[in-house]
Amino acid sequence: MSGASIVLETDAEGRRWMRLAGEWRLMALATRYATLNAELTTQAADSSLGWDIRGIQSLDSVGAMMLWRAWGHRFPDNLETRDELEPVFARLYASSKLKEAAPGPALPLEWVATLGRLTLHLWRHLVDFTGLVGQVVLDLGQVIRTPREAPWRESSANLYKSGVRAMPVTALVGFLIGIVLSYLSALQLKNFGADIFIVNILGMGIIRELGPVLVAVLVAGRSGSAMTAQLGVMRVTEEIDALATMGVSRSMRLVFPKVAALAIAMPLLVLWTSAIALMGGMASAQVQLDISYGFFIETLPKVVPVANLYIALAKGVTFGIMVALVACHFGLRVRPNTESLSSNTTASVVSSITVVILVDAVFAIATRSIGLPT
Amino acid sequence: MTAVIEIEHLSTRFGETWVHRDLNLVIEKGEVLALVGGSGSGKTTLLRQMIGLLSPTQGQIRLFGEPLFTGDPEQERNLRRRFGMLFQYGALYSSFNVFQNIAFPLRELGVVDEDLIHDLVMLKLSMVELLPRHAWLMPSELSGGMIKRVALARALSMEPELLLLDEPTAGLDPDRSESFVRLIHSLHQQLGLTVVLVTHDLDTLAGLATRVAVLAEQRILALGTIDEIMKVDHPFIRNFFCCDRAQRALQSRISEGTA
Repeated sequence: MSGASIVLETDAEGRRWMRLAGEWRLMALATRYATLNAELTTQAADSSLGWDIRGIQSLDSVGAMMLWRAWGHRFPDNLETRDELEPVFARLYASSKLKEAAPGPALPLEWVATLGRLTLHLWRHLVDFTGLVGQVVLDLGQVIRTPREAPWRESSANLYKSGVRAMPVTALVGFLIGIVLSYLSALQLKNFGADIFIVNILGMGIIRELGPVLVAVLVAGRSGSAMTAQLGVMRVTEEIDALATMGVSRSMRLVFPKVAALAIAMPLLVLWTSAIALMGGMASAQVQLDISYGFFIETLPKVVPVANLYIALAKGVTFGIMVALVACHFGLRVRPNTESLSSNTTASVVSSITVVILVDAVFAIATRSIGLPT
Repeated sequence: MTAVIEIEHLSTRFGETWVHRDLNLVIEKGEVLALVGGSGSGKTTLLRQMIGLLSPTQGQIRLFGEPLFTGDPEQERNLRRRFGMLFQYGALYSSFNVFQNIAFPLRELGVVDEDLIHDLVMLKLSMVELLPRHAWLMPSELSGGMIKRVALARALSMEPELLLLDEPTAGLDPDRSESFVRLIHSLHQQLGLTVVLVTHDLDTLAGLATRVAVLAEQRILALGTIDEIMKVDHPFIRNFFCCDRAQRALQSRISEGTA
C-alpha cells in the first residue's frame, strides 16, 4: 500500500499545480494526518492554484472530506479529476446539503428548570416508593388470606442467598470489630482502673447499636446491590414484562420474597454477628485486662438489660425491610441500558445505607428511656 | 481477484459436539457472500471466527492474506481496523448517544481532529439515510430499524474494506427490511466493499447476495450463485429454497431482473 503524496509543480505555462497521488484512505492517512492536513490548508489559501487529483488510486470519505474542507466546502476553480472519484464527492455534497439542527439554545433561567426537574425527580421517587410499600403491605394481606399461594420457594431461596450465605463475612467483620473495640477501650479503662466496665461498654455498644448497624451496612452492600442488579437486568431483558403478561404479580413474585427474606434473615444475622463480636471483645479483654471468660459471661446479663436485645432484633427487622424495599425500588427503576443499571445500583446501596442510619437515629430517640441501666 | 478471507481446514468443537469439520472457504474481493444454514449449524460461529472473536479448534483463517492470532497486538489491531461488523442487535454503546457511537472508532484512532470527525459522522448518518438531528438521540430512544442503521454507520466509520453482517434484517418489518437491503446494496455498489452476511431471510438473500454458501453437515455443503445452489439436490437445500415462500421471493427477484 502506497501512502498519500502531494507534489507541488509548475507547468510549462507557469501555472502552479498540486498533484495528489496514492492512497487517500483513512488507514493510510492516519499516520501523517496532521502534516498532510496542514499542507493542504496552507496551499488551498491560494485560489489560483490548480488541483490535479487524477493520480489518486483510491479515495474514501475521510480523504475526500480532508480535501473538501481544505477547499472551503466547494470545488476549486482549476480541478483535474477522474470519473471514478466523482461519487465520493457526490456523497459529501449530498450530506452537506442537509440542515443540521444544533441542540437547542440554553434557556435563560436554566437553573430554575434544573431545580424543578430535581424536585419532580425526588417527588417521583417518593411516590413510587410509597406505592411499592403499599403494594408489599397488600401482598402481605394476600399471603395471610391465602397462604397456599404465597411465594414460599422464592422466599426460601432469598433467605438462603441473603441470610445463610452472608454468615461468614458478617462473622469475620464482627469478630474483628469486637477485638478492636475491646482493645481500644481497654487502653483507656486501664488508666482509670475501671477494668470491669469493659463488659458494660462492649455489651451495650455492640448489642444495642453496633451489631444491627454493622449487619445492615454489610447486607445493603452485599444483598441490596445484588437485588437491584437482578431486578435491573430482568427489566433490561424484559423478563418482568414477561411475568406481567402471564398474569403474575411482579411485586408478589419478586419484591415480596426479598422483603420477607431480609425481614427474617436480618434479625438472625444481627444476633449472630453481635454474638461473634462479643466473643472477639471477650478474647481481647482476656488478653489485655485479664478478665476471664467466665466473669465476662456472668456479668453481661447483669449490666445489659434484656430490653436491649429486643431493641436490636426490632432494628434488625426494620433495617432488613428497608434495605430490601430500597433495593427493589431502584431495581424496578432501571431503564434498558447499562448506564442506568450502574447508576441505579450505586443509588440503591448509598440510599439504603443512608436510610438505615436515619432509621437508627429515629430508634435512638424513640427508645431513649428503654433498656438503659439507671 | 484477490481473496479477502481464506478459511482452510477449519474445525470447531464446543464440548463434545463438532460444529465444523475440515471446512474450506475463500471469499473474493468485492463479492457479497451470504452464509445460510439451519439453526445451530454454526453460521454465527463462523462469522465470529472470521473476525477473530472466537478461535477455531483447528485450522487457519487468513484475513487480507494475513493470519489472525499472530500474537502481535499491533498487527492484530491494524487488521481489526480494516473491517466493520454489524451485530445482530446493533450492539450500540448504550451510554453514548448516536453521534458518540459513530465517532467512537475514529476517536480511538486518535489522529483525526474533532471538526473532521463531526463532518464524517454527519456524512455517515446521511449515508445510512438518517437525519442530523438523530445524532443526539440515545440508543434507548431509537426504533429497531434505526438501531440497525446507526450500527451500520458505526461499522462504516473506519472506512472498512470488509463488512460483516449478522442477521442484518432480523427483527425488521418487511418494508424496513427491504429498504435496509437496498441501503446495503447501494453502499456495496458505491464503496466497493466485500460483504459477508449471515441470514435466514430469503428476501435479503435474493436482494443482496452474489454468492451463497450453504453451511450444513459441519461443512460448506454448496457454494455458488443462487441459481447454481437451487440445482443442488439435498434435503436441506430443497427445504430452504423450494417452499412456496422461497419461490415467491426468488420469483420477484427474477421478474425485477428482467423488467
